[in-house]
Amino acid sequence: MTLVLSAEERAIAGGERGAGAATAMRIVAESARLLGAPRLIPIASAHIDGALYHGDSGTLFAERLVEGGARVAVRSTLNVGALDLTGCSQVRLAEPERGMARRMMGAYRALGCETSWTCAPYQAGHRPAFGSDVAWGESNAVVFCNSVLGARTNRYGDFLDIACAIAGRAPDYGLHRAENRRATVRFDLSAIDSGFLGSDIAWPILGSLYGREIGDAVGIVTGIAADPGEDALKAFGAAAASSGAVGLFHMDGVTPEAKAGAAGTELVAEIRVTDDMVRAAQGRLSTAEKPERIDAVAIGSPHLSLAEFDALERLLAGRRLAVPVYACTGRHVLPELERRGTRETLEAAGVVIVADTCVVVTPILEPLESGVLMTNSGKFAHYAPGNTGYSVLYASLADCVESAVSGRLRISGSR
Amino acid sequence: MGIAEQGEVLIAGTADAGGEALVLTRPISFWGGVDPKSGRIADPRHPEAGDNVAGRVLFLPGTIGSSSASAVLLELVRAGAAPAAIILHEADAILLLGLIVAHEMGWSHPPALRLDRERHGAFAGLYAEIHADGRISA
Repeated sequence: MTLVLSAEERAIAGGERGAGAATAMRIVAESARLLGAPRLIPIASAHIDGALYHGDSGTLFAERLVEGGARVAVRSTLNVGALDLTGCSQVRLAEPERGMARRMMGAYRALGCETSWTCAPYQAGHRPAFGSDVAWGESNAVVFCNSVLGARTNRYGDFLDIACAIAGRAPDYGLHRAENRRATVRFDLSAIDSGFLGSDIAWPILGSLYGREIGDAVGIVTGIAADPGEDALKAFGAAAASSGAVGLFHMDGVTPEAKAGAAGTELVAEIRVTDDMVRAAQGRLSTAEKPERIDAVAIGSPHLSLAEFDALERLLAGRRLAVPVYACTGRHVLPELERRGTRETLEAAGVVIVADTCVVVTPILEPLESGVLMTNSGKFAHYAPGNTGYSVLYASLADCVESAVSGRLRISGSR
Repeated sequence: MGIAEQGEVLIAGTADAGGEALVLTRPISFWGGVDPKSGRIADPRHPEAGDNVAGRVLFLPGTIGSSSASAVLLELVRAGAAPAAIILHEADAILLLGLIVAHEMGWSHPPALRLDRERHGAFAGLYAEIHADGRISA
C-alpha cells in the first residue's frame, strides 16, 4: 500500500511550521511508509517513553527538536526518566551520564510535555476516551490504555512517540484499526482455584503466563466471576507485556470492548489454564533459590497507587524494617501521601520512596555481588535480574513486608 | 566468480557501502543483544556472540522487538560502530527508526535493504558491496 499524505502534512514535512515540526512529520511519515500504512490519522494524546536516557544520541535528538522550535500538538505525559527529580531517593548515576540524563529530561519538558514522570499515567489523570486514537509508549501503559480504557494505540517506542506527539498524527496501522482489535485466542480461567484468584499474587502470575502463552496475539480472558479491580488489571497487563509482546487484552464482562461486544467471537485457539500451569508460571518469576536472607524489597512496577500505599502502611503496622523497601511511584501521589502523613510514617519505618523513576531503569539499589531482591511485581521480577544483577524472589506484598521487617525470608500459605 | 542479488532499498544510505558480510543465523534483539558503544554482539545465548557488527554488511534473518532497538542503532551510528549496511529478511520499522533519525540528525548512516533470508547465506565471509539500486554483489 502506498502512503498518501495530505497537503497540510506535506507542507509541515517541508518546513512550513519550522525545522522541528518538519523533522517530526518526516519521522512519522517514513515510519508509516515502512509499516505499509496508507495514511496518517490524528491523535488525541501521547505518553512519551523516550525521555529515559540510553545514551547521548537520544539527548542530542531531543535537543535538536527543541532548537527547531518543536512543541507537542496534543496532551503528552512523560514516562519515567533516569533521575528522581523530586529528591525522594538517591540515584547512583555518575557523570557524565547524569548530566546528559538531566539534559534529556529538560529537553522533553521544553517540548511541552507534562512532567508526570510516571509509568502509570492512567492513574495520574491521563485517561483518553474510549475509541480515541492516541500514541502511547511504555508497554504497561500501552496495554492499560488499549485494554482497560479502550483507547487505541500501538506500542510506540523511542523517537516515534515524541514525533507523533509533535505531528499530532500517527500511522494508520495495527491496533488503531478495529479489525485488528478482535480476540483470536481464549485464555480461560474457569478451572482455577477461586481462592487463588482472590489472592493478591494472582494477577501478576496470570499476566506473566498470559504473555508467555499468547505472544503478540489479542486474547480474551474468560471464566472469572468478578471484576478484579483496576490495580489488578494494571498488574496483569504489566506482567503480560513483560513476558510477551502483548498490546491489548480483553476480559469477559470487565474490559470495555468485551462489554460492548467488540472483542470478537471468531476464536482460533483456546488456552485452558490449569493450577499446574499457574504453579509453573509462579516458579518462573523467581530466580533465587529459597535464600535465608533478603537484601531489599522493591514494589511499584507499575508505579504504586494511593490504594497500594495504604495496603503497605496497613501491613507494616508501625513496625521498623530490617532491610529497605523501595516503593516506586509517580510524583502525582506525593501531595496526598504527605497530606495524610503516610510519607513521614513510611520513611520513618525505613521505606525508601522512589519518584519519577524506578529501581530497574536506573541504579538505585546498593550494588551487591549476589543480592536478593523480593518483589510482588511481575514486571520487576522479569527485569530485575538482567538490569540490577540481583536475583529475584516473587511473593505477595504481605510476605514481602514480613521478610523486610525480619530481614529473613518469610513465606506464608501453601503457595 | 562473483554473486549478485537484487534487494529492495528500505532506507538509502549516505554513501556507497561495502564490507565483509556477517550473516547471523538467528534473530537478534539489538537492545541487550548488541553493545551500543562497540557493536559487539553481547547476548551470550546468540550463536554469533562475540562477533562485531561494526563496519560489516550485516544480514539479519529476523529481529526480536524491544522498542529501544532504534535507540541502540542510533547510538551505534553516532559512535561509528554501525554496520556498513543492514540486510533484513523483513522491514522492521522499530529498528530502522534508528536510521531515519540518524538521517534527520545529518549523521552519515548505512543503507538498509530487504532480501529473503534464504539468500543471505551465500554472502557469508565475502566482501559485499551495496549499490544504489539495491543490488548486492560479492
